[in-house]
Amino acid sequence: MSAAQNFLSRSAPLLFLALVWEFVSRSGLVSASALPPLSDVLGVFAGEHARDLAWQTWLSLARGAVAMAFAIPFGIAAGILIAWYLPVRVILNPLLQCLYPMPKVALIPLTIIWLGIGNASKISLIFVGALVPIVMSAYQGARGVEKTMLWTARSLGARESEVLREVVLPAALPEILNGVRTALALAFILIVAGEFVIANNGVGNLINLWGQAGQYPSMFAGILTISAAGFAVDRLFVAVSNRLLAGRRS
Amino acid sequence: MTPQARELWRMRIDRFGPVVTILVLLLAWEAASQARLVTPFLLPAVSTVLARIGKDFMSGKLLIDIGLTLYRTLAGFGLAAVFGILLGLLIARVKGVRWFLDPVVSAGLPIPKIALMPIFMLWFGLFDASKIAMVVFSSIFQIIIATWWAAQSVEKELVWSARSLGASERQILHEVVLPAAAPQIFTGLQVAFPLCLIVTLVTEMLMGGEGIGDTMLQNARYVDSPGLFAGIFMIGAVGYLCIGLLEVLRRRVLAWHTASV
Repeated sequence: MSAAQNFLSRSAPLLFLALVWEFVSRSGLVSASALPPLSDVLGVFAGEHARDLAWQTWLSLARGAVAMAFAIPFGIAAGILIAWYLPVRVILNPLLQCLYPMPKVALIPLTIIWLGIGNASKISLIFVGALVPIVMSAYQGARGVEKTMLWTARSLGARESEVLREVVLPAALPEILNGVRTALALAFILIVAGEFVIANNGVGNLINLWGQAGQYPSMFAGILTISAAGFAVDRLFVAVSNRLLAGRRS
Repeated sequence: MTPQARELWRMRIDRFGPVVTILVLLLAWEAASQARLVTPFLLPAVSTVLARIGKDFMSGKLLIDIGLTLYRTLAGFGLAAVFGILLGLLIARVKGVRWFLDPVVSAGLPIPKIALMPIFMLWFGLFDASKIAMVVFSSIFQIIIATWWAAQSVEKELVWSARSLGASERQILHEVVLPAAAPQIFTGLQVAFPLCLIVTLVTEMLMGGEGIGDTMLQNARYVDSPGLFAGIFMIGAVGYLCIGLLEVLRRRVLAWHTASV
């Protein structure tokens, strides 16, 4: 099967579902206020709400990006140091073990009390949520590095910082990338959940407002937008990871 | 000190250090609150939080909240497990189902399902049906994919030999595919469980109806910090216990597997 045929065969079920959606609500089988026709929802992207939607989505994604920009380097560094140095492990690992099983959305009310409902509270919530899986993966990855590689590097005269940077980090990379992917999924959950619960802007807040106002096509368009963003970011990250790991699967 | 003695000390520190760290932190927290270094509104003393947990326990509120949250989480998790495993097996073994559901599931897995919550509220209302449906929807993709991959990677030779020995398709599924795929399926369930807990909490915060999430948000609204921290402690404990329980269950259920490999 050619690539084009393959693509067609794969998108056919989704197209079919889209048509069913359009049909059941156009024909009145399902009330348009429960499920607005897909064409109406897509029409929102060309309508008066489009600018608002684009701007608020941008705000939400920017908060996520800032949080991830801190969580990734901090998480990797913390994970590797926990695996490497006993004192760091003794101090940081118990904190990690306490945070790990707790659903981070439980911190939403706390961030409201501590930091309000603006950027600071949203970004720190996403940061904490994304940090945990990254630290865990870097820790596991660094712990699993083969001892012979370390001995070789050391016997060749590498300093401790060089060993960490040149040997441990690359060896732990596949595991770390997995952790970051999990963290990205969690970040999206926290972006949306945090804004649903309480916020003064962002796409989650906008979806809420439109839902309360009964503007269902716009609400569906907002949900579609953030879902598509989550999907696109995940695909993009998988492509980047594959590129980063390309050299080693020979 | 001999190297052996030093190694022994390292092991001891590794084992007992974390406990000491936690105790020191709790003590520092308590001391900081008692000395009024931070306002109790932002960080109530540990003793205050523990007293609050005790009070909520005595009044029965605590058990009702934990019970409701657990009920919603486990009901959603159970339904997602049953239907997820079923769908995963169907995708792996029936070509037409695979053609239809592969794109749907692949598209559904990476999207933040929680964004669809307003739609669930619109369709199913604000009560338990809506919450549980949301939990199922949020976690089922993980389980479907785990089951599908697990069933697909069962060794062909196993299936062939069963078939040549005269096993029916049904027997092959029950006696060969499911047992061989069990460890990976269980891993999928373990990944899905924390998601269920997350989604239950968020639905409770947004839709009300008691439960730990609802109570925490109420406490935040009334700036009742001890109640808020009590909620965080409780949900942490619930998460810890459930995740630990799943691990124990895994060892029980798959005991034959590790022994036979």
